Amino acid sequence: MNPAVAVIGFAQAPCRPSAGTTSGVETLVPLFHQALSAAHLDRREVDFWCSGSSDYLAGRAFSFVNAIDAIGAYPPICESHVEMDAAWAFYEAYVKILAGEAETALVYGFGKSSAGLLRRVLALQLDPYVTAPLWPDSVSVAALQARLAIDAGVVTEQAMAEVAARSRADATTNPYAQVSGQPTVDELVATPYLADPLRAHDCAPVSDGAAALVLAAGERARRHREQPAWISGVAHRVDPQGLGERDLTTVPSATAAAEAVALPADLDVAELHAPFTHQELLLRTALGLGDRVRINPSGGALCGNPMFSAGLARIGAAAEQVMTGQARRAAGHATSGPALQQNLICVLEARS
Amino acid sequence: MRRAAVLGTGQTQHQTRRTDVSMAGLCREAIDRALADAGVDWPQIDAVVLGKAPDLFEGVMMPELFLADALGAAGRPLLRVHTAGSVGGATGVVATSLVRAGVHQRVLAVAFEKQSESNAMWALSIQPPFTAPIGAGAGGYFAPHVRAYIRRSNAPEHVGAMVAVKDRRNGALNPNAHLRQPEITLESVQASPMLWDPIRYDETCPSSDGACAIVIGDQAAAEASERPVAWIRATAMRTEPTYFAGKDHVNPRAGAEAAQALWQAAGITDPLAEVDVAEIYVPFSWFEPMWLENLGFAEAGHGWKLTESGETRIGGRLPVNPSGGVLCSNPIGASGMLRFAEAAKQVMGRAGEHQVAGAKTALGHAYGGGSQFFSMWVVSETPDS
Amino acid sequence: MDTASAPPLAAPLDIAFDYTRSLGPVLGRFMTGLRDRRVLGARTADGRVHVPPLEYDPATHTPITELVPVSPTGTVTSWTWTDRPLDGQPLDRPFGWALIRLDGADTALLHAVDAGARESMRTGMRVRVRWAAERSGDIRDIACFEPDSGPPHSPDGTTSGAPGTNGAPAAGADPATSVDPVIGIVTPIRLSYTHTASAEESRYLHALSEGRLLGQRCPACRKVYVPPRVCPADGVPTEEEVPVRDHGTVTTFCVVNVPFAGQRLEPPYVVAQVLLDGADIPIPHLIIGQAGDVRMGMRVAAVWRDRATWTTTPENIAHFRPTGEPDAPYESYQEHL
Repeated sequence: MNPAVAVIGFAQAPCRPSAGTTSGVETLVPLFHQALSAAHLDRREVDFWCSGSSDYLAGRAFSFVNAIDAIGAYPPICESHVEMDAAWAFYEAYVKILAGEAETALVYGFGKSSAGLLRRVLALQLDPYVTAPLWPDSVSVAALQARLAIDAGVVTEQAMAEVAARSRADATTNPYAQVSGQPTVDELVATPYLADPLRAHDCAPVSDGAAALVLAAGERARRHREQPAWISGVAHRVDPQGLGERDLTTVPSATAAAEAVALPADLDVAELHAPFTHQELLLRTALGLGDRVRINPSGGALCGNPMFSAGLARIGAAAEQVMTGQARRAAGHATSGPALQQNLICVLEARS
Repeated sequence: MRRAAVLGTGQTQHQTRRTDVSMAGLCREAIDRALADAGVDWPQIDAVVLGKAPDLFEGVMMPELFLADALGAAGRPLLRVHTAGSVGGATGVVATSLVRAGVHQRVLAVAFEKQSESNAMWALSIQPPFTAPIGAGAGGYFAPHVRAYIRRSNAPEHVGAMVAVKDRRNGALNPNAHLRQPEITLESVQASPMLWDPIRYDETCPSSDGACAIVIGDQAAAEASERPVAWIRATAMRTEPTYFAGKDHVNPRAGAEAAQALWQAAGITDPLAEVDVAEIYVPFSWFEPMWLENLGFAEAGHGWKLTESGETRIGGRLPVNPSGGVLCSNPIGASGMLRFAEAAKQVMGRAGEHQVAGAKTALGHAYGGGSQFFSMWVVSETPDS
Repeated sequence: MDTASAPPLAAPLDIAFDYTRSLGPVLGRFMTGLRDRRVLGARTADGRVHVPPLEYDPATHTPITELVPVSPTGTVTSWTWTDRPLDGQPLDRPFGWALIRLDGADTALLHAVDAGARESMRTGMRVRVRWAAERSGDIRDIACFEPDSGPPHSPDGTTSGAPGTNGAPAAGADPATSVDPVIGIVTPIRLSYTHTASAEESRYLHALSEGRLLGQRCPACRKVYVPPRVCPADGVPTEEEVPVRDHGTVTTFCVVNVPFAGQRLEPPYVVAQVLLDGADIPIPHLIIGQAGDVRMGMRVAAVWRDRATWTTTPENIAHFRPTGEPDAPYESYQEHL
C-alpha cells in the first residue's frame, strides 16, 4: 500500500530578466530556507533532494554540480538530478516517497535563462541531423504551431490576445511575476508581429529564476502543515518530436497524462505551463478543462518563465492554492521540449 | 517493500568511434538486445528512463526528446537522469524505484554516450571566466588523490599496474569490451608512458562510444520470466559537495555511507564473505583498492592487499570487474549502467566467458563528479538473503 | 576602490566545437541523396513516406530499410517570418520558416523559404528546393526553398517545370549503392554566454586585482574558504573576511605529461593542491621551479605577475615556487587530502 503524499512547502525566486549568478547557488540558499520554513522542516530532515536544470542554459558541463553547494551536503545526502524541468524531479521524488524509500523530499529547479540567447540555445533540442543544423529558434518553432492551430480554426489571434490580457492582469497581484499590466485585447492585437502569427504578448519573457518545493508522506505531512496539498495523481507522457510528423494542433501526451490521473472535471484551478498563448488554448482542449476552471491565477509562464523551474512553479502555485484554502482541488502542469512535446500533470486536493 | 528484478540486459559493441550508427542506432543496439535477453516485447514496456552525462558531449540539448520515438518512449513516460559519471547507476536506481513504487510493471532503463561526436576532454575543460587556466584533464583531477592514497596506505607501486593487467585480460574474455588485451603484462603496463604522474597510460580508461539497457520488472513479471532473473536486493545513492574544507578525496564519506546503507538494506553484514562478484567503477587502476576500502570490503589502508594477493581476479575471493570494467570500456554515461548490468549478468549466469562460477550475489557500483555522486545496487539469484 | 559595494562581475563565455556525427544506414542514405540532389523519404510499414526520414518505424519499432525518392517540390503546411536572422540560420536576409510537405511525402520538413517578403508567404504555397552550389551530404545541401509556380512534380523529377541549375535531381545511382556514401556530418556549434560571478567571488577577484588573497569564514563550521563561497558543507554564505597569506603547503599534486583537447599549457607541468596559510581548503595551482622535485608537504609561495597587468582574475598569480623552507609535517595537512 503506497503512502499518501503531499506538498507541504513552496518557494520561488522573483522572475527577472537578469538576476543571480550562473551557478544559481546564491539564489537557491534563501529559497531552500523559505520552502523548508513553510514546511516547518529542518534541512537535515530532508530524506531526498532532487533537482532539474540544464547544462546548455549555463554553457558548461556539470552545471548542476555546483548548485549542490547551496544544500550544505555534508554529512552526505540522498540526491538525484534530472536534465529536465524540475517538475520531473518532483515526479522522481514523488515516486521515491511512494516506494517507501523516503518520507520527505525537497525538489528544486533553477536556471539563468539570460546567460545565452535562449531562443537560439533551444534550437539544440531539435533533431541534430536534419533540423538543429538550421538553427530554428524556439519562438519560430512555436509560431509554426500557432499558425497550424489558427489555420485549423482551433485558435484565433483574438483568443490568444485574450489569454495574454487575462494573464497580465492576474500577474499584477503576483510579486514574483516579471510581466504584468492591464492591456486591452484591442491594444494587444494592434501590436506588430514578432514571429508571425505570434506577437510579443504571445511569448513568455526570458526569465532568470528558481523554485523549491517540499514533499512529505502521510502522517509526516499532517504533522508539518495544517493544510497539505495532497497529491491525488501525477502522470507524464512524451510525444515524438518530429514537427512535421505529429499533428501540432493536438497534444496527445497531455491528453494521455490527464487520462492517467483521471483529471477531475470539478477542478477549481489549473496552473498550466504554456510559454505561448496558443499553447494554453491547445492545452485547455487537450486536458478537457471546462470554462469553470480558473486558469493561471498566478499569471502563468507568460508572465515569468524561468527555464527548468517554471513547470515546478506551476505545481507549486497550484499547491499554494490548496494549502491556503483558496481551492479545494487544483492541477499543476509542466511542459518540456519544442511545441509541447512532453507534458506532466499533477492533481492536488485538500483533505479533511 | 515491493520486489523488483532485472529481467534482461543488453549492451553495444563498445569502441572509440561507432561510425556505423547514429545516436538512435547506438541506443537501439543495446535496447533490442536487452528486450531479447528479457524475453519482453515493446507493448510490455511501461516507461523509459534515459541516463547520459553532459549534453555538451553530443552537442544536443536533452537528446532524449529527439530520440523519444526511436527509444520506443513516444506515448509513454520518459525521464532523463543526469548525475555526472554515476548517471548510468542512478538511472538503474530510478527505474527500480518506479517498479518498487508500484507505478509500473516493466521499465526500460537506457544509458549511452557517443563520445566520438565531440571530445569529452574539451567539454570538461571549458574554462569559465574568473578561473585560472590550470586544467589538468580528467586524469589530472584524480591523480593527486591517487598519490594521497599511496601515501596514506603505503601501497607498493605495482598495485596499480596489477589492476590494469587483470582488467585488460578480463576484457579479453568479454566480446563487447572496447579494449581486449590478453597479452598485457605487468612489465608492459609499467613501461607505458606516465601521463598524469602517478597514473600511467595503461592504467587509464579509454574513450568509448557505447550504450547499455536494462529491463526491470516487478515480482509478477520476474516470476513470469522463463529465464533466470537478477533480484534487486537493495539500491543506494549518496551525494556530497565537490570541494569543502575537510573533504576526504581518497575515502569519501558519501561512498562509505552509500555502501553502509546498501549492505544494511540487503541484509549483508560481511560484504567480503557474502558478495561473490563486484563490478566497481574504476576509471584509473588505483581506484580498485580505494573503492574496496570505501565499500567496506577491506579496512582503510588495506584494500591494496586484496588486489596484490590476487583475490580480485576471477577465481579469487572477490572477483572485481570480470567484464574488464571501465578500464576496458568507457562510454561515460553508460559506464555506470554497464557495471549494474554486468552484476546482473553474473547472478543470472549469463556472463559467458567472464562468468564467475557460482555467483549468487553481486555488487554494481558507479561514482561521478569529484568523487561525490555514488550509486550502487546488490543483485542476487534469489529475492531474499 | 570600495570593493564591498562593487556589482558582481560578469564576463563572456564562448563555447565552440565542430561536432562529428555518424549517421547510420537511413540518415546516411538520406544525406548521400542530398549531396546528389535527391530527396529520399523513409517508408514505414503502413506505407507512409516520411521526410525527413525516420530511422525506426513508430508502430512496429523495426528499423526502416526502404527509402524512396520524393520530389524537390512541395507545399507549405505552416510558416512564420523572421526579420532578423540569427547566427547559423540558412539565410542572412529576412526569410520564412516553413513546414513543407514534399510531393510524394506524407510528412513535413522544416526549412527556410527565400520568399523576399512576408506578404509572399502563405499556407498552401508551392515551393521548390534550391540546392546549395557545393554539397557535402548534409541538410544544408538544401540551401533553402523558393516559391515555385510550376505544376507538382512526380517523385522522380521527370516533370520538372523549370529546368536550370536547381532543376531535376541528378540522374544516377541509388544512393544506397553510391560509390562514395556519406557516413557522417560535421555540425559547428558556437554559443555565446555571459557568465556572472557571485558578490563574494567578485570581492575576492577585486582583492586579487590589488594583490591580496581574501578568504571568508563560514559562520557555521568556522572554516576559512578561499575563494569565498557558500559553504558547501553547511549551505550558508561565508561572511567574516579573513586575509590569507600567499604562502602555503603542497598537500598533493599531479605531474601532467599528456596533451589533451582544451588544454591551455604545454606539458609537462605540475598541478598541485596548495593549502594557503590561514585557509582550510586547498586551491589548485601550478608549481614551477626545481622541476621533478615537487613533494607532498613542500612549502611554496605565490609568484605574482607584473603588477601593471593585474586585473580581477586569479591569473594575477602566475604560479607557485618552492620557498626552500623545511617541508610541513604530514599531520599538518593530512586532513586536506
